Amino acid sequence: MEQYLEEQYDIMDVSLLAGKIMLESGAETYRVEDTMMRIAKNYGIKESHSYVTPTGIMFSIETEEPTKTKLIRISDRTTDLKKVMQVNSISRRIANGELDVQQAYRILKRIQVAEETYPLKIRIAAASISSGCFLMMFDGSWADFLPAMVIGGVGFASVVYFHDLILLKFFSEFMASLIIGLLAAISVLTGIGQELDKIIIGSVMPLVPGLLITNAVRDLIAGHFISGLSKGAEAFLTAFAIGSGIAVIVTFL
Amino acid sequence: MDILIQIITSFIAAAGFGIIFNAPKESLWKCGFVGMIGWMTYFLLFTFGIGEIPATVTAAFLIAVISQFYARVYKAPIIIYIVSGIIPLVPGGTAYNAMRAFATNDYNTAVQFAAKAFLISGSIAMGIVLSEVINQLLKQSRLKRIG
Repeated sequence: MEQYLEEQYDIMDVSLLAGKIMLESGAETYRVEDTMMRIAKNYGIKESHSYVTPTGIMFSIETEEPTKTKLIRISDRTTDLKKVMQVNSISRRIANGELDVQQAYRILKRIQVAEETYPLKIRIAAASISSGCFLMMFDGSWADFLPAMVIGGVGFASVVYFHDLILLKFFSEFMASLIIGLLAAISVLTGIGQELDKIIIGSVMPLVPGLLITNAVRDLIAGHFISGLSKGAEAFLTAFAIGSGIAVIVTFL
Repeated sequence: MDILIQIITSFIAAAGFGIIFNAPKESLWKCGFVGMIGWMTYFLLFTFGIGEIPATVTAAFLIAVISQFYARVYKAPIIIYIVSGIIPLVPGGTAYNAMRAFATNDYNTAVQFAAKAFLISGSIAMGIVLSEVINQLLKQSRLKRIG
């Protein structure tokens, strides 16, 4: 009996860990719920219920024993799509019966502590190249390409830096857009850059909450209203932070 | 020439977003491709005088359809492909103009831009919803055929 009970808890832990990694890496809510219930089902739990919000997961399984429920809190969310994909494929392998509970737990633990796919330097470089490309997409001139690249890279780097410094997303985004606006104004005043608007729009793009917006829409469609609305609120807050940072600079021009 | 620049820059920008979001290495080409198709659809429709909103709906729809296709073929979550494609459509410029007008106390212009930014975001959502509907319909018809 004891053995059986313990196994139930193990299955729960595997499901919850999978859900936690996915939610922390930026997966949609319905995918998290789906994956967790699928894993439980494939390990022979007939009924399981999950309730996922961006800040916490509740999960319960029904067996002959009294129903067991666990709650975990999600405090920090980043974006790491590779982890979402890896957990997804683990869930597939479990469905094919390739992994037992212990193996799955071990692999998931390894995924959880894995480094991000790309080192920070490469991500900053990608942000700066994207900024330059966005400038060209929005009808900018080649003369502004280099300033937009540099400013976009600095902006992305400062979001990461301030986020490590103070765990307040609003503040780090505000500071980053303030820096972007300041640098763009300086570059135009010194004659390095030409069109202030285009440079700012291009270099602000890496900060735009694109993943949140997409996820919010997809969650709302799937009927996860709480998650959808709170992700929408988070996206709005980010947009507001970026806007007010830029507004401070624009007001003084 | 102009179109060539747009194709190249949109590809690089979308793939760059794949890197920012830590997408797996082998998916970066697909991210770039999805982003390029989406942006070129929007750009060409807009250049030929079709309004911003229908252009955005069409582009978002196409992005979602291609992403769904990729997700099924490569057995990966759709979010990997859809995000980098959607980003260029996000009304950053319009939102910026609105905010700039607000900051300079020009509320009339500001509200106009803000309404436009809101509508464009809505049409991105609309495009995704449409593709989701078609996806569900396809699934159902396949189930009927089997059953």
